[in-house]
Amino acid sequence: MKIKSIVTPLDKVNVDTDQIVPKQFLKLIQRTGFGQYLFYDWRYEQGGIPRKDFILNDPAYKNSKILLARDNFGCGSSREHAVWALDDFGFKVIISTSFADIFYNNCFKNGILPIRVSDEILQKLFSTKSEIEVDLEDQIIMVNNTPISFDIEPHWKKILLEGLDDIAMTLQHESQIAKYERSHKT
Amino acid sequence: MSKTLFEKIWDSHIVVDEDGRSLLYVDRHLIHEVTSPQAFDGLRLNARKVRRPDLTFATMDHNVPTSDRSLPILDQTSSVQIKALERNCKEFGITLFDIHSPNQGIVHVIGPELGITLPGTTIVCGDSHTSTHGAFGSLAFGIGTSDVEHVLATQCIMMEKPKTFEIKIQGKRKNPHAVTAKDIIMSIIRKIGTAGGTGTVIEYRGDTISELTMEQRMTICNMSIEAGARAGLIAPDEKTYQYLKGRKYTPNNYDELVNDWRDNLKTDSGAKFDKSFTLSAENIAPQVSWGTNPAMTDDVTGSIPFPDEYGKGNPEEVKGATKALQYMDLKPGTPIVNIVIDRVFIGSCTNARLGDLIEASKVVQGKKVSSKVRAMVVPGSQLVKKNAEEMGLDKIFKDAGFEWRESGCSMCLGMNPDILAAGERCASTSNRNFEGRQGSGGRTHLVSPVMAAAAAINGHFVDVRELDLN
Repeated sequence: MKIKSIVTPLDKVNVDTDQIVPKQFLKLIQRTGFGQYLFYDWRYEQGGIPRKDFILNDPAYKNSKILLARDNFGCGSSREHAVWALDDFGFKVIISTSFADIFYNNCFKNGILPIRVSDEILQKLFSTKSEIEVDLEDQIIMVNNTPISFDIEPHWKKILLEGLDDIAMTLQHESQIAKYERSHKT
Repeated sequence: MSKTLFEKIWDSHIVVDEDGRSLLYVDRHLIHEVTSPQAFDGLRLNARKVRRPDLTFATMDHNVPTSDRSLPILDQTSSVQIKALERNCKEFGITLFDIHSPNQGIVHVIGPELGITLPGTTIVCGDSHTSTHGAFGSLAFGIGTSDVEHVLATQCIMMEKPKTFEIKIQGKRKNPHAVTAKDIIMSIIRKIGTAGGTGTVIEYRGDTISELTMEQRMTICNMSIEAGARAGLIAPDEKTYQYLKGRKYTPNNYDELVNDWRDNLKTDSGAKFDKSFTLSAENIAPQVSWGTNPAMTDDVTGSIPFPDEYGKGNPEEVKGATKALQYMDLKPGTPIVNIVIDRVFIGSCTNARLGDLIEASKVVQGKKVSSKVRAMVVPGSQLVKKNAEEMGLDKIFKDAGFEWRESGCSMCLGMNPDILAAGERCASTSNRNFEGRQGSGGRTHLVSPVMAAAAAINGHFVDVRELDLN
């Protein structure tokens, strides 16, 4: 997995999943088509007119695949719709200093790579105007020909790189699950 | 080796350890209409079954109307989602408490109420407030829809072991009717921040916690997620066992289980937590949130902060507070008691249980809601509603001018018709004051049920310690 793109800097801390996808769009019963609702209340005025001052409406970032975020991104509601919306909109990588737990998990389940970096590196990325390249295999972010390494849990790396079905993986443990069920009281 | 309560529950649910993660067995899986349809579609697509429909329970709560239930649901998209849950439960053999069931209600209210929630168990639900069930000493946490599908198919969840976080609350509250469980948990979040618990399971301990009722403990555990924690736990005690006795799904061998729980479900002395925080309950005041996340909170006697002072030199926090005040249309220095409100919402999985309604009714009894305020009570479940009506609480609220509605999540997240209009300001007993949470452009102040009730009567916030609540 290699992603090369300019970065979209979303300069705000504690962005919650209610902002990523407002509640009025959670009533759909499929996983697709949520991109149009991404950051809806920040993207549009009432009546659906795009807000000029919101970063996602800036044509310069139109084809960006990498979102830069601040601390505690994805906090609040467990709604996976937030990740479906980011993915459908075109973001494949999110870089921040920290993510909320449920959101972090949901990303991997949908093929999005969330990367945790230090404050200092995030600051550097926020000031980058040129394209960067994220290489999951080597765990490197290339910024102006300078490589920055990042950490990722090995199992998540494997799941993303190999596109594994985690339910099928768990079902390989069928005999242990059945054994547990036989011995467990509640 | 000494273990924390969390470690005991974790260890007893490991099916397999693999790659630094554990496959954990899930004892109870709760589902609702909003985060499950895509999971069932996934099962069908891969010709998979629900492994343990007998351990899976469903209700509809998020988008159901709270008005007359004999009428059809007008919102077509809500109706589609509700019908999808009915269809899915039927197809996969899952027990459903539907909109007409006497057991319908907010999933985190009905779980304990029906005895589905039990000490020492693991519970998951596609909802972040699943942490509520931790009040019974169960390891309970919210999951995304992909994990809902995973649990439906396998009855297990693959997880990295969270860290442990001890929060000790000690001392007597000066006025326990005015300073509630909600004020305790909001004080904690205010101090540790909305990411203070990230990656951890909190265990709430100390004499203040022991004194709380089960309902009050649920309020505490419910908001663990607002501090970013994976789950919140309270060790079970005699109050816990008493509460669950004789409920609809309490197991037949309950007394035997209780004996076992009494022996095992506690943190051993000498067990180490990864992190600790201590709070004295003695000086806690009623809390009111002023911003757009639950940590942006102050005492009712306080004033709206200046962003510089709130951010304490962190430019991102200063920016966040400035933007929050803009959204909330509040000026720094304004006393909180001067904030005038338009709406009052008493409800949600945080504060819509019988005890909450009893406490709020004491403030309301014999008084009238301010002519400038529209106020509603949305009981957490049909059973709460029935019990409250038997006590005559509905009459107290209605006589005062409150709307008395059917159970559901309602205006906590505004997925049904109960929403704020843009610019409306609400005193709400719910858990999140995020931008637009209760309606696009709506402004939420999180408070306890007594604070919400007093605000409804007065039209602005008041310090409920000044009222006679006994």
